[in-house]
Amino acid sequence: MYLFTMPMNKTRKLILLAAAAAALVAAAAAAASTRGTNLAFVAYSTPKPVMQKIIQAYAQTPQGAGVSFTQSYGPSTNQAKAVAAGQPADFVFLSAGDDVNLLVDAGLVSPSWDKQSYDGIAANTVVVFAVRNGNPKHIKGWADLVKPGVQVVTPNPFSSGSAKWNILAAYGAQRRLGKTDKQAIAYVRELFRHVVSQDTSGSNATNTFLSGKGDVLLTYESEAINARLQGKDIQYVIPRQTMLIQLPVALVKTSKNADATNAFLRFMRSTTAQNLFVQYGFRPVNPQVAKSAAAQKEFPARPGIFKIDDRYIGGWRAADKKWFAPGALMSQIEEAVGGPSSG
Amino acid sequence: MSYLTVIVALPIAALVWESRSDGVHGFWSAVTQPEAVAALKLTLWISLIVALVNAVFGTIIAWTLVRDEFPGKSLVNAIIDLPFALPTIVAGLLVLALYGPHSPVGLHLAFTRTAIVLVLCFVSLPFVVRTVQPVLYELDRQMEEAARSLGAGEATVFTRVVLPNILPGILSGVAMAFARVIGEIGSIVIISGNLPFRTEMASVYVFNQGQSGNSAAASAVAVVLLAVSFAVLLAIGAIRRLATRHERG
Repeated sequence: MYLFTMPMNKTRKLILLAAAAAALVAAAAAAASTRGTNLAFVAYSTPKPVMQKIIQAYAQTPQGAGVSFTQSYGPSTNQAKAVAAGQPADFVFLSAGDDVNLLVDAGLVSPSWDKQSYDGIAANTVVVFAVRNGNPKHIKGWADLVKPGVQVVTPNPFSSGSAKWNILAAYGAQRRLGKTDKQAIAYVRELFRHVVSQDTSGSNATNTFLSGKGDVLLTYESEAINARLQGKDIQYVIPRQTMLIQLPVALVKTSKNADATNAFLRFMRSTTAQNLFVQYGFRPVNPQVAKSAAAQKEFPARPGIFKIDDRYIGGWRAADKKWFAPGALMSQIEEAVGGPSSG
Repeated sequence: MSYLTVIVALPIAALVWESRSDGVHGFWSAVTQPEAVAALKLTLWISLIVALVNAVFGTIIAWTLVRDEFPGKSLVNAIIDLPFALPTIVAGLLVLALYGPHSPVGLHLAFTRTAIVLVLCFVSLPFVVRTVQPVLYELDRQMEEAARSLGAGEATVFTRVVLPNILPGILSGVAMAFARVIGEIGSIVIISGNLPFRTEMASVYVFNQGQSGNSAAASAVAVVLLAVSFAVLLAIGAIRRLATRHERG
């Protein structure tokens, strides 16, 4: 079309330019494939520093020598959607099992991913209350969050995976304290009356809290430890009843390096890698590392820790249907709390 | 023309297509969700306020830059465009640092509607300044002299001579600022607190819906935003034509 109406020399220049660009791309691709195996993984944001350490440690091992990695980090659900839409990946490392289920539905991950060794989990963390230094509002348990004048920061459950964990933790804790389904839902509604900011992601919520807003931030233990490591002015309280957040890894079916990927996934559960997880504030899944002095000191046991497959919650599919689907409990609660009546 | 098709028309067509994937009824129920209605209302009001505030202050700044001489003028002139270059999420962080709970100037505005207006004024300020400035440069000052020599006061000179001339420029700037602000998200997610029904803007609502896999609802609300922007741009175009009818004879 337009191209043919151009003077000849201009067209030729364009073609030359295109050819040069194509040659460059081809050369770059060749360079990447000449040396060893390359594993691409797509992960959620928080494990970036620890994953880089684990990759360094892997390079020191016999099976890890010469393996290179292409890494992608971002919000968990976004990352899962990108893979579903065709972003190349050998494995995924996400912040919630329902994001892996999204890939199961897309036919990219085996439905039995959570039946593998360690139930498909690479590391754990728990829902904690980050509070101001010295805990001036004396926050100890869930009941303290709904006392008059207490302001809570938690992300929006429709965009943030960590918000979903927080809500299910709040509900599950009430059930474990002997409340009925109805009472526990009423507690979540009351909790949301105390919510003063609903950020789009866990890390935005942390920023909001660190900027000085609110008395309590519902967050991951690993995030709180990380903030503390960075010298931020917060401390955190682990409630007696809280939720074990399980961070899944899963092989992507389309991977052409399945054996190399599985070898790396095994390495992620080795003592070396699990000790690195401990250093960065994650609870280990390897029982040997869990018994280590460092892990025992950093991660106090809690009697009332429960998981997503707890009988009161019933797994991700049931939780999504009951709480987070359009028109389900959370949209009703948002409306009841924020609607014109209290506006 | 084919450039326009690939870059603009196709994506918009795809958006409209996605928004009606649940049928007309689905579209209607998506945009009449109480939370969506609240977010849309808030967005339109705030965009309107921001556009008006910038119409006034943008014009004053443009006037100062064209008519007054002061040291550092070229520096100020360059600073005006910075909001365009700054990632808006940084604008949000800046306003949060300035007017948040740890405010060094003692203003605690963060997480309120006022903060939203503030950060959006910042983001969209260049539009009015940059559309009014060239018109003011071009303006023949002899017209003003003539008016004054005929006994007109300064107020009359401004409202009867200057304003009619720069009005098309102001209107273009306001229209662009309004359309820009309606879809803004980067700075908003940081500063607004995103409380549904209170400080949740439509763009954030769309983002949340998209994130929870409800892309039909997200597209439906986005289509409403687009339609409003389009209507405003058309309306302002019409007013401009009306305002410049003398020149075109």
